[in-house]
Amino acid sequence: MPRRLVILGGGTAGTMAANRLRRELPDWDIVVVDRDNEHHYQPGYLFLPFGTYERDDLVRPRVRFLPDDVRLDYGDVDHVDTDSSTVHLVDGRTMPYDQLIIATGTHPTPEETPGMLGSGWNRDVFDLYSLDGAAALADALATWQGGRLVVHVCELPIKCPVAPLEFAFLADSHLRETGRRDQTELVYVTPLDGAFTKPVASRELGGRLEERAIHLEADFMVDTIDEDRKVLTSFDDREVAYDLLVTVPVNRGAAFVGRSGLGDELDHVKVDSATMQSTTADNVFAIGDAANLPTSKAGSVAHFAVDVFVDNFVDHVNGRPMHREFDGHANCFIETGDNKAMMIDFNYDTQPLPGQYPLPRVGPFQLLKESRVNHMGKLAFRWVYWNLLLPGRPMPLSSDMSMRGKIPEKEHAA
Amino acid sequence: MIAQIDGRDVHVDEEGFLTEYDDWDEALAATLAGNIGLALTDRHMEVVSFLRRDYVDQGETPTLRRVTATGGFPTRELFKLFPGKPAKKMSYVAGLPKPVGCV
Repeated sequence: MPRRLVILGGGTAGTMAANRLRRELPDWDIVVVDRDNEHHYQPGYLFLPFGTYERDDLVRPRVRFLPDDVRLDYGDVDHVDTDSSTVHLVDGRTMPYDQLIIATGTHPTPEETPGMLGSGWNRDVFDLYSLDGAAALADALATWQGGRLVVHVCELPIKCPVAPLEFAFLADSHLRETGRRDQTELVYVTPLDGAFTKPVASRELGGRLEERAIHLEADFMVDTIDEDRKVLTSFDDREVAYDLLVTVPVNRGAAFVGRSGLGDELDHVKVDSATMQSTTADNVFAIGDAANLPTSKAGSVAHFAVDVFVDNFVDHVNGRPMHREFDGHANCFIETGDNKAMMIDFNYDTQPLPGQYPLPRVGPFQLLKESRVNHMGKLAFRWVYWNLLLPGRPMPLSSDMSMRGKIPEKEHAA
Repeated sequence: MIAQIDGRDVHVDEEGFLTEYDDWDEALAATLAGNIGLALTDRHMEVVSFLRRDYVDQGETPTLRRVTATGGFPTRELFKLFPGKPAKKMSYVAGLPKPVGCV
């Protein structure tokens, strides 16, 4: 009987893994489990409120990106019994596995913050990280006449931690273009002590906020939202008023992860950061946003991580020691408005630094610097995502981070 | 790097967080707390003890959410005990590495 690999989640990481492993493990039975057949291009949500994309640009059937001989099974996971290596679905079905990959991502949970899901939800309080939220926000922005527009992050980690900053930059540029910036006060509220987590990028991005007169409210950990008074209150009783709130709710992994005893406090799967193997069961792995890797939750991390994961996984199922270690490498574009973007490239140990990528001096992408080419790269990425990334086709980029082209902190400061 | 605190050598990073678990004791905690304007109470020490125990169990400094969820200390109280930046201040007084910020 062929051995069976069950992949929970047919999103970015699960789909990439299914395609790569289908080629590597031709005699295995591979099943992907997901609730539905809608694959969303999540990086596109950011552009929806500004009319760059429409809903239809961002949704494709999941099956289209899966190999013919990988089955997509619809179901909701109740829990995983790691002792008997069995997935239990909510409808009562069970799925035994030899190996399990959890790729169920991380998701906004507005119910975690008291008051968020009140009468103002999708009226003057919006979540940017869902297709419905981003679409509702597009309508609100279209009729916006001015006032206090607050962009807010509840708690880290969140997926794509630069997206709320990008939204603030794009809103600034969009409101200027449409003659409404002077009537709008823009505020960025974050639990971090600056614009971003790591010092060099935080300084650069903080400078960009200042240039654009976007007020930064740092060290703000929200306790409650009062949707009648339109006020955010922090745990140390500071208040931020808003007319329109774009908030990033607490992000949590899938609830079954917690029920299966595999997760941390936020239901992200506890894994070894080099191999992505569960610290609880050695035939369970977690890839993409579902894992509690100490790095950004983003498709680009998943992309480089899956490269390393696939090699290791093939070793693992053949009884060999896993020989590769993921270094946390990722890069991403940061939209800064006016058809420009920055790019950052980093790993577990190296913070985002200025320079060029992937080639020193040549680029074409500029690290931590705004350019039009970066913006073109960001828009072109949608094609790359559907056509190269998901099918697991080779990309001309190394999964290990390189210092070539980067300017270390000391030289940069000099 | 090495810093002199209370007349003895301790290992610290560039922001002053201790990097060696065993350099710490309760007397040092009081001095570290004083450095950031805190007068330690028994309740502070309960939080600090949880952090140090959890660090040994998990191999990393717990996040604010973990201190709340697993340690049972309400977030609001942590903000009262360690005003402004509780996650950072708790780990500083507990002599643990700064919690890993996710990029």
